[in-house]
Formats: sequence, structure tokens, C-alpha cells
Amino acid sequence: METCKNFCPVSDTNPQACSVRLQSVAKKFGDGPDVLQDINFDAVAGDFVAIIGPSGCGKSTLLRMLAGLVSQNSGQIEIDGSAPGRNSPELSYVFQEPTLLAWQRVAANVELPLILRGVPAARRAEIVQRCLRQVRLGERADAFPRQLSGGQQMRVSIARALALDPRLLLLDEPFGALDEMTRNHLNEELLSLREAASWTAFFVTHSVAEAVFLANRVIIMSANPGCIAHEVAIDLPYPRTPATREEPSFQQLAAKVSGLLRTVEEAAK
Amino acid sequence: MKIRCSTIWPALIAGSAFIAIWYGVRGIISPAREFMLPPPHEVLAAFGEHATELLNASRNTGIGALLGFSLAVVVAVAMALTLSLNNLIRAGLYPYLMMMQMMPVIVIAPILVLWAGAGLPSVTIITFLICFFPLVVNTTQGLISTDRSLVELFKMYRASKWQEIVRLRVPAALPYFFTGLRIAGTLAPIGAIVGDFSAGNSAGNGGGLGFLTLIYGAQFKMAALFATVFSGCVLGFVFVAAVSGLSWLCLHQWHDSYEKPDN
Ligand SMILES: Nc1ncnc2c1ncn2[C@@H]1O[C@H](COP(=O)(O)OP(=O)(O)OP(=O)(O)O)[C@@H](O)[C@H]1O
Ligand SMILES: [Mg+2]
Repeated sequence: METCKNFCPVSDTNPQACSVRLQSVAKKFGDGPDVLQDINFDAVAGDFVAIIGPSGCGKSTLLRMLAGLVSQNSGQIEIDGSAPGRNSPELSYVFQEPTLLAWQRVAANVELPLILRGVPAARRAEIVQRCLRQVRLGERADAFPRQLSGGQQMRVSIARALALDPRLLLLDEPFGALDEMTRNHLNEELLSLREAASWTAFFVTHSVAEAVFLANRVIIMSANPGCIAHEVAIDLPYPRTPATREEPSFQQLAAKVSGLLRTVEEAAK
Repeated sequence: MKIRCSTIWPALIAGSAFIAIWYGVRGIISPAREFMLPPPHEVLAAFGEHATELLNASRNTGIGALLGFSLAVVVAVAMALTLSLNNLIRAGLYPYLMMMQMMPVIVIAPILVLWAGAGLPSVTIITFLICFFPLVVNTTQGLISTDRSLVELFKMYRASKWQEIVRLRVPAALPYFFTGLRIAGTLAPIGAIVGDFSAGNSAGNGGGLGFLTLIYGAQFKMAALFATVFSGCVLGFVFVAAVSGLSWLCLHQWHDSYEKPDN
């Protein structure tokens, strides 16, 4: 009954990560002030972009625009050359909360995007198994979400996001509610998942260390109106390991981002 | 839903205390008024004496309650789905649903008797009217309270409206639905008894507990009246137990209102 709707999302060819282009994008809600103003940004295929900035500066709004959930008031957004929405390449969104279907077992939660996008049943089980193994939850396929810890639930959420083999991954403070140790683990896991697939990522976070560890580019946003104040290139080589956090270059970059973030926050006062 | 000794003993003790107090009160009221409160053993005897009548009446009331309750579930769920789809429909119909809830059964009963005939049809409709409101309100609330992020997730995966309803809104509304179902489950037997009291019909053995109340009342059979009351209680318990069981079946694995199963 549920057949391929627009296109079969899981292709056998080696798909490419997508590029993202934002040109003079501005956004406001109703008659309110500009939430985002004059956003210009180019991400090339495979970029891992971390976004950091004061609360309320429009980070989530930016991600939601990329996902096609809200549209900009002016300017252009292109994902692989087309506007976000129905025709954009496969993308996945990871929320701050695990956002799982409580009444479905772990496997069924991961299967959900596949069902909604009409992937044939014969292929679904295998994809679900692979994604769960990737996040080291192959053993918990039959558990209900509430039987898992917060970190495990988040991993299910990531497995679900990867099920459709997305070209673009949008993550809105996905590990914000977790303790630092779990967060570090999941950061390392996310990077190892990136080795195995090719996607472009936008990752919103409040943690400087997390941003510098994950990304090759860190955007620092300022508020009222939200705009891109600084960009810092993180030229630490991948693959990054826990040892990366100890390196002087890592700490220098983290200090630099922290400093810029502080100037942005002080300017807002 | 394990039944433990720790939950049975207190209930047994409280029940025994209740019976003791009953005997006690009976002992101190003046002999002229003793007829007002038959002692427990006389009520028990009345159960035996009127067993056939009581069973028959309980069955008739049970059927009316079940029919009205089921009808209410079906119509309320359909109504809730309609209401949840559109704010305008909700705003337009809500006041009238409220009015429906305000309708006094005693006043509506004679009208129903004229329209649908006394006995089972009227009893069913009255039960329906009483059960409908809590069901429709709770279910609608459930259907419109779906987690916003999940709705957006479905949107991003380009789910159809139908998929969103079947795979997301309906299961997410289940706990709310069962809240309504529990309320309706306790109201249904009461509704059927009240309905039978005001629109009942004993023709062809069709009378229920409400009708028996009228008869025993007219005959001043106090012990039999008390037995009728307890029959109504038992019927209520059956309904509540059935609804609780159903709720447990549907929710215990995943919903936080039930204890987590062991890993
Ligand atoms: N749907 C909406 N309607 C009206 N205003 C909104 C809406 N969504 C966001 N806003 C406003 O836009 C601004 C930016 O919100 P946004 O959620 O993007 O911030 P954020 O940077 O993600 O903040 P945080 O770090 O706290 O998550 C806020 O001032 C918020 O009040
Ligand atoms: Mg946010």
C-alpha cells in the first residue's frame, strides 16, 4: 500500500553529501522584529558546521528553515541548488529530546522514516538492524523507549535519523540534556558514523568543546537580530579521538571560540 | 496489575469494619424505625429470596449500560477525530457538546420514551448521553496534544495526513482516551440504572435495576432495596474492572502511568 512516493530514498549508488547556500536570508515571525538578518553562508559537501550563540539568537529557526519547516521572509536558501522542502535531498533532523514514539519498540522507531517514505518492507529490517548496530543498540531492538537510558534514547534518535541515509543532517542541541561523559561518547560515535557515510551536518550546541571537537567550521552567532558574527575554521584532522581534546591546538581553538562567544554575549548586554 | 496481599488485607479489614458499624447503628436506632435499616444478614437473605429477579434485572441493566457505553465510544471517537482536525469545527460544536452534558436525564426521559419507546432503547440512549461527554472531551484533548516535535518529524518525512493520524495522533491519544473511558465506565451502569428508573419497562422481563427499585420501594421491601443497591455496585465494579483491564492491555508496556517492566 505504501509505495515509493517521490523517489526511493535509499539508493544503491554512492550518494554524495549536499551543499548548502544561504544568501541574505532574513526571518521574522508575524510583525515581530527580525529574528534572523542577512545570513550569508556556504557549506560545501561534507562540511560539519557547528552553530553556537546566545539563547534566542535564532539557531533553531535557522535549522528549521533548512528543514523546510518554516520559510524565510527574504533571501535564498539552496540545498544542492534547490529550495528546502519536497524536492530537497534526503535530510534528517535530530531534536534536543529523543522524540521517539513511546508506544513503539526501538526497532519500529528506527523503521518509522522508512515506512513513511515508502521503502519496501523487504529492505526495511536489514536497514534497521544496520542502523541500530551502528549506534551499538543492536541488542535493544525489542525494548520500549522508556526502558532505555537518556543516552540510549538519543542513540535511537540518531539511528532513526540515519535510516534514510540522509545527505544533510540537522542536529539541534541533540546532546544538550546529557551528562558530559555520555556526551563525549556520543560525539565520538557521531564522528565515527560520519566516516561510514557522507553527509553535511549543521549542529547547534551550547558547548564550545563539543563544537570544536565535532566541526570543521564553527559559526558564532549574535542576537537581536540574529546574524553570523564570526566563523572559526577548525583545522584539526579527522579522525578525531578522545586524545584530540588534550592537544594544545584543540585547546587554543576552544579558547578562541570561547573568547569570540564572550564578546558576542557582552555586546548583547 | 499484580494483586498483592498488602492491597487485599486493608480492604477486607475496612469491609468488616463497615459491617460492624452497620450492625452497631442498627442496634441503637429506636425499634419504631428499625425497618429503615435492615441488618446485613437480612440483606443477604433478600439476595437469596430475590435472586432470579435481581440477576435478571442486573443483566438487563448491564445490557443497556454496555450498549449505551459502546455506542458512546464509537460516536465519541468519530466525533473527536472530526473535532481534532479543525479549530473551526471545534469552536462551533463545543458549546453544544457542553449543553448535551447539561441535559437533565429526568427531563429528557419522557421525551425519549415517546421517541424511542420505554425500556432498552431509552436506557441505551440515556447511558449514551451520560457517557459521551467525558469520552469526547478527553479523546479530543489527546488528539490535539500530540508532541509538536513528533508532528514536525512526520512532516519532514512527508507523511500523509492519514499516516499522521494513524501512526501518531491516535496512539498518542490513547492514554487520554482511556482516562475518558474510565470515567465513562463508572458512569455507564449508573446511567443505565437512572435511565431504567425514569424510562424503564418491565414488560417481557425487560426491567432493570432501576425498575426493581420502583417496585421494591412501592412494596416497602427495604432489604430487597439494599440488595438492589449492592447489585448496582457489583455491576459498576464489573465495568470498571473491564475498562481497567483493557487500559492495562493497551498501555502497560509503554506508558508512564504503569510501572516499568523489568529489563
Ligand atoms: N514560532 C515562532 N513564533 C514566534 N516567534 C518565534 C517562533 N519561533 C521562534 N521565535 C522567536 O525567534 C527567536 C529565536 O528563536 P530560536 O528558537 O531560533 O532561538 P535559539 O537560538 O534556538 O535559542 P535556544 O538556544 O534557546 O534554543 C526567539 O526570540 C523566539 O522567541
Ligand atoms: Mg533552540
